[in-house]
Amino acid sequence: MKSKTLFDKLWDQHEVLSLEDGSSVIYIDRHFIHEVTSPQAFAGLEKRGLPFFRPDQAIATMDHNIPTTGQANPVMGAESGLQVSRLRENCAKHGIALFGMTHPMNGIVHVIGPELGLTRPGMTIVCGDSHTSTHGAFGTIAFGIGTSEVEMVMASQCLLQRRPKTMRINIGGKLSVGVTAKDLILYLISKLGTGAGTGYFIEFAGEAIRLLSMEGRMTVCNMAIEMGARGGLVAPDEVTFNYLIHREFSPSGEQWEQALSGWKLLKSDDDVVFDREETFDASDVAPMITWGTNPGAGIPITGTIPDNDLKALAYMGWNGGEKIMDQKIDYVFVGSCTNGRIEDLREFASYVQGHKKADGVTAWIVPGSKKVELQAREEGIEEILNEAGFELREPGCSACLAMNDDKIPAGKYCISTSNRNFEGRQGPGARTLLASPLTAAAAALTGRISDPRRSVIPTKFGTPSPTTKGDE
Amino acid sequence: MSFEPITIITSKVVKLQVDNIDTDRIIPARFLKSVDSSGFGKNLFHDWRYRPDGSPDPEFVLNKPEGQGQILLTGKNFGCGSSREHAAWALYQYGFRVIISSGFADIFRTNALNNGLLPLEVGADTLALLMDMHQANPSAPWTVDLQSQQLTADRQLQTAFDINPFRKHCLITGSDVIDYLASLKPQILEYETNHPIK
Ligand code: SF4
Repeated sequence: MKSKTLFDKLWDQHEVLSLEDGSSVIYIDRHFIHEVTSPQAFAGLEKRGLPFFRPDQAIATMDHNIPTTGQANPVMGAESGLQVSRLRENCAKHGIALFGMTHPMNGIVHVIGPELGLTRPGMTIVCGDSHTSTHGAFGTIAFGIGTSEVEMVMASQCLLQRRPKTMRINIGGKLSVGVTAKDLILYLISKLGTGAGTGYFIEFAGEAIRLLSMEGRMTVCNMAIEMGARGGLVAPDEVTFNYLIHREFSPSGEQWEQALSGWKLLKSDDDVVFDREETFDASDVAPMITWGTNPGAGIPITGTIPDNDLKALAYMGWNGGEKIMDQKIDYVFVGSCTNGRIEDLREFASYVQGHKKADGVTAWIVPGSKKVELQAREEGIEEILNEAGFELREPGCSACLAMNDDKIPAGKYCISTSNRNFEGRQGPGARTLLASPLTAAAAALTGRISDPRRSVIPTKFGTPSPTTKGDE
Repeated sequence: MSFEPITIITSKVVKLQVDNIDTDRIIPARFLKSVDSSGFGKNLFHDWRYRPDGSPDPEFVLNKPEGQGQILLTGKNFGCGSSREHAAWALYQYGFRVIISSGFADIFRTNALNNGLLPLEVGADTLALLMDMHQANPSAPWTVDLQSQQLTADRQLQTAFDINPFRKHCLITGSDVIDYLASLKPQILEYETNHPIK
């Protein structure tokens, strides 16, 4: 039999029809829904008089538009409120499970899918949100779709798609102390560019990927879209299985065993040839930070701001040729589907423990889900944060896209653990610097861009306690 | 969303020579709060188009006389970022029917096609040439003939473009993929019988 990539195996398994022009009708196992990109799809379905085909395979949450304080009595504008109530009505009407605000399973769609065991190896998963690629960390074909496609999945559980080309990115070696999955993906995008993945589905492979936790792998796959890729995936292994066992919706007992034996087969054949292959060494990666207005603008934290993109420099209010280190920041945002999971909060907390937030810095620590919020409380993370002058908010997308009130004011600098630094993404005129939770922590304590490897960190949670000096 | 079929479009061209225009640029998130699919055109390119006080920025192309037309000529990797279909709605509702670029982000391309917008991809060299031609004669009408898949710029340069035949059919007839997929029910049911979800 012809050897195949994992992606192609999964694609072939989900092909309902293969059309003459090379496109396929692909079956979707799991459909995640949120309040912003679904109302027009529900309305369209109704207008056509079509039933919601497979409501059991859809899960809905509220995340994009909701406030991250006072959720029990939410204060929202009329329009946002309407999106939230419309989702509630639509889910009730069509019999779709909804995790609304304050529900114990509520959270950002790409955080709750995995943590509840709704995301499982071998699935096809879609959502009207580009960071659906996150779920690829479990060895799934997961990708973002537009609202018309949301309607297609509602109507037929299928999509018409062109088969993407396949790319494998191999990352050998180990990440250094103080360097995280976020730094790795920012490094890869800075090397390959924001358009490199267009038309491709990426498999991340190699020792450095195997050594990442599931949460780290999610961070990497999350930002595959920032390379332009349809999605990214990692072949499942023991790390995946250990993560999934005993999750709320994971199979159990005999069904677990059965599922597991299937999942173990999910990998690319040894001799398969990808359309494109790239290789990197994890030991070359330093803590990264973006200086410009797209996610490809990452530089090592010890690096120099380039001088070739005047438009971006003007927007960011910077001069090319200066060091990025020690530049002043005003806001810190820790959260989003990239870095709003429990490990991210542990990392941040372990770094700030026993220290104080810098005066003049406004920090928003936003858990990715209700479960993360509760866990942060139970593990004592909230207490550590409070003692250091930080406050834990309630879950939601928050300042990642600034649809609610969590907006960065014009001209202010925000070090953000999210995934996009586009002009205006965090509010009109906001200046976003993407970085890891550790780098965000270092900046939160100093009020300036700081190398997280430079301080001694007391660790309660087993995250690195780097005493190493950054390379100059 | 229903849309007007496309056959031949002859129009002045609006040039926005910026690479990597992301969907947050096309329409910022704070304008996605509607539950309807109309009314987005007025917020197209909002943060370039309006100053912080809400007045139109006279420097931005859409606020100039040459800012009207059905064809948008723009830089590479157009539509990257968020999957928001509101970006395609905003472009369509402003009046655009064709976007010419040397590359489109995958999700945007699909969203455009599903909403009666033709993403017309040309090579990087051709794009550079087209930019120059527009510079030389900004008010010249260009013609896009979808049936014969030809772009004629300023009656001087003719170039062919690719489009998937099914998508072309949809654009020409004003039909969409949802009805097609819904019509496949027997095949989908059969697939489900053979492939229980694990
Ligand atoms: S956290 Fe940001 S990137 Fe993630 S789903 Fe929400 S808005 Fe999208």
